[in-house]
Amino acid sequence: MSAPYAKLPAWVDYGLIPLINLIVAFLVAGLVVLAVGESPLRAASLLIEGAFGYGEGIGFTLYYATNFIFTGLAVAVAFHCGLFNIGGEGQAYVAGLGVALPCLWLDQFAPWYVIFPAAILGSALVGGFWAMIPGWLQAKRGSHVVITTIMFNFIASSLMVYVLVDVLKPAGSMAPQTRTFAEGGQLPRLDWLLASVGLDIGGAPFNMSFLLALVAAFVVWLVIWRTKLGYEIRTMGHSPTAASYAGIRQSRIIIITMMMSGALAGMMALNPIMGDQHRMQLDFVGGAGFVGIAVALMGRSHPVGIVPAAILFGMLYQGGAEISFEMPQISRDMITIIQGLVILFAGALENMFRPAITAFFATLGGARSDKSLPAAE
Amino acid sequence: MNDIAIELKGIDKKFGLVHANKNINMKVRKGTIHGIIGENGAGKSTLMSILYGFYQADNGDIFVDGKKTVIKDPNAAISVGIGMVHQHFMLVENFTVLENIMLGAEESQVLNAGITKARRELKQLEEEYELEVDPDAIIEELPVGIQQRVEILKALYRGAEILILDEPTGVLTPAEADHLFRILEQLKSEGKTILLITHKLREIMAVTDEVSVMRRGEMVATRTTSETSVEELAELMVGRHVLLHVEKGPASPGDVMLSVENLTVRDGRGVDMVKNVSFNVRAGEIVGIAGVAGNGQSELLQAISGIRRAVTGKVMLQGEPIHVTGTADPAELRHRGLAHVPEDRQHMGLVLKFDESENSILGYHDDPKYLNGMFLNIDAIRKDAADKIEKYDIRPPNPRLKTANFSGGNQQKIVLAREMERDPAVLVIGQPTRGVDVGAIEFIHKRIIEMRDAGKAVLLVSVELDEIRSLSDRVLVMFDGRIVGERAPDASEGELGLLMAGVEDTKEAAQ
Repeated sequence: MSAPYAKLPAWVDYGLIPLINLIVAFLVAGLVVLAVGESPLRAASLLIEGAFGYGEGIGFTLYYATNFIFTGLAVAVAFHCGLFNIGGEGQAYVAGLGVALPCLWLDQFAPWYVIFPAAILGSALVGGFWAMIPGWLQAKRGSHVVITTIMFNFIASSLMVYVLVDVLKPAGSMAPQTRTFAEGGQLPRLDWLLASVGLDIGGAPFNMSFLLALVAAFVVWLVIWRTKLGYEIRTMGHSPTAASYAGIRQSRIIIITMMMSGALAGMMALNPIMGDQHRMQLDFVGGAGFVGIAVALMGRSHPVGIVPAAILFGMLYQGGAEISFEMPQISRDMITIIQGLVILFAGALENMFRPAITAFFATLGGARSDKSLPAAE
Repeated sequence: MNDIAIELKGIDKKFGLVHANKNINMKVRKGTIHGIIGENGAGKSTLMSILYGFYQADNGDIFVDGKKTVIKDPNAAISVGIGMVHQHFMLVENFTVLENIMLGAEESQVLNAGITKARRELKQLEEEYELEVDPDAIIEELPVGIQQRVEILKALYRGAEILILDEPTGVLTPAEADHLFRILEQLKSEGKTILLITHKLREIMAVTDEVSVMRRGEMVATRTTSETSVEELAELMVGRHVLLHVEKGPASPGDVMLSVENLTVRDGRGVDMVKNVSFNVRAGEIVGIAGVAGNGQSELLQAISGIRRAVTGKVMLQGEPIHVTGTADPAELRHRGLAHVPEDRQHMGLVLKFDESENSILGYHDDPKYLNGMFLNIDAIRKDAADKIEKYDIRPPNPRLKTANFSGGNQQKIVLAREMERDPAVLVIGQPTRGVDVGAIEFIHKRIIEMRDAGKAVLLVSVELDEIRSLSDRVLVMFDGRIVGERAPDASEGELGLLMAGVEDTKEAAQ
């Protein structure tokens, strides 16, 4: 009886069940829209239309999705080690320094393809460092990463206010932000990519970091499932007892995993800083670190799930903005409610419909599957 | 006059695709002890859970005292007189005996009246069934045998006429088990009906009047105990002929491969669990450590295999010291020829969510033959796993199947294959057959003896005294963290039982 639910076909497990959860989340969200006195159908069509209906909308959707891929991967990597890194927000924020400093130093002299690698390295190093401290505290002192990473979000926030106001702000400026980078500190947009399917990106800041996010997703898959390090991380995550039995050095794995997680969160900073604003502003992360938790949950901590989940949340962000523009009754908070419902149904209540679905497939399978099953109890 | 206490007709239960109970029919006569045996996963526990109202059957009827009864939850079971003593006790550890017995039967918001009444009735029950327990003792301070008595009293207090006991002897010393059986006899003579679930054939033969055998969710036979034999029951359980006796030749011990000197180990709470223990294991012999669970065996194994730091002590592996108080590391010890089959297979020996092939390299995953630089060599790992699956007859033979989906016996074979195929000099094994079905036990025992005959030093820890006696060449008995005596494996069960219960070893005291 150790397996309460019998095995389902993979397409049901990874396709149908998340889809049903998502549909239910949207149905409930529709009820909320109805309660506010607007038409759910119009809201839905605005959402879809706003996110995918035209080139610029798609550009924005993918721009937001880029942020969420990075932060979602960050949370997922830590999950595989049994760690809950809620500090993606702070790690990305501090990592902004790793992007902004190379840009500020080099943008006059070097082209973007020289600065970009430096900024990637810088953001990963700073983000990794910021996550390493909670990792080290967990591994050596037993301080729980959930607590310490939250704390480090606050420290990051205060630190960055200081840095932006007192150090990096150009003299005489009143805005807490760096100067705008010259061309070397600006990532090319991916307008050609959308143009190749006949779409006009308009003013959307969809840029090179999207491709980097996809590469990161592949590298995460490779590391977690195909390397010795990944094997040790997963062993730790599933069973710390088994890890100590196997002679895996736990504190080393915890620290390395947190650094990888922080580095991924950190690379998120590339997208808004080098890809969009071309300067570092106060609070540029804008909650993407927290959305990453939902993305990782929904994507089941697998890159193949995280990329579509990130695009879904990108859609909610972009389409949600359009809704609140068109329907004054519905504020941006409404979008937060929808996100909350998606998290609730896709994450917390993930197994709500599973027994019914399992029973349904059991009756379909009938006597045939009875025999093929091992005596699993 | 109806002399059938319980009748089950056509009970059927599925969990998703797993058919746990298939059309079960069974009659239990009033005033008898009725045994139910079967391998792990045969559906015994499911059947009893249906009878006790934890699960609802998909089909079929339950008759209690000849009346069709719907048991929708445990409360309904209690109200028709069915009580259950669970394998893992359902007691509140920091409550007294009396408080535990009253729990859920307090009768009013103010406890006083209830307490007086409970105390009076408890006294009566104790006298009636010779179940002496101090009503004011705190549960966690009582030995397990007594805790179990509290569970039985709890059921009787609620007016149970039919008592279900699920694997009741798993945690008891032989003496405690004997005492339990006397209590059961007493209950029977008072007219109670007892259902005894176990996988130990000897217990069935010793106490039951009738016995039902389950296999793969089906009720395959019911026998009158006096008219059957251990061999017949084993064959019914497994579905084929089983060799119960372990065949082994004499040992030819060689050099000392593992020596332990004055080892002291503390557990997480800072309590000394292993106290100044010394012994050694030679090549080509099996040294068995007998003892009731929780007397320091787990900590001993963990210290020797480098998982837990020892406080003091010296351990030598093939003549070279193991730094057990400091830097000993399981990975390093594996390289030096120490293989370890841990007691807790499901949490320590395996990662249940991994697929079979991933588990087949756990602990050896830094071996270059499984790696391509920093990458795992998936092909080599799966090929290697497939070889072991074939050699150890692991079923189903699929290296990509999730480990949780293998039965207990096959999971254990995965661990054994991994550890034994490395050709270690010393093999440390904890509870090799816990939760393993009869067919696989035979296989595992054979392998352990083959290891010995190949000149390996084997240290075996088991709470199954029969297993220790049939496999070991020397038996050490552990009690309260100490080795309290050494015996030959043919020492009587009574003698070993006394040592396990902590009765001073007269032979050594005389020296």
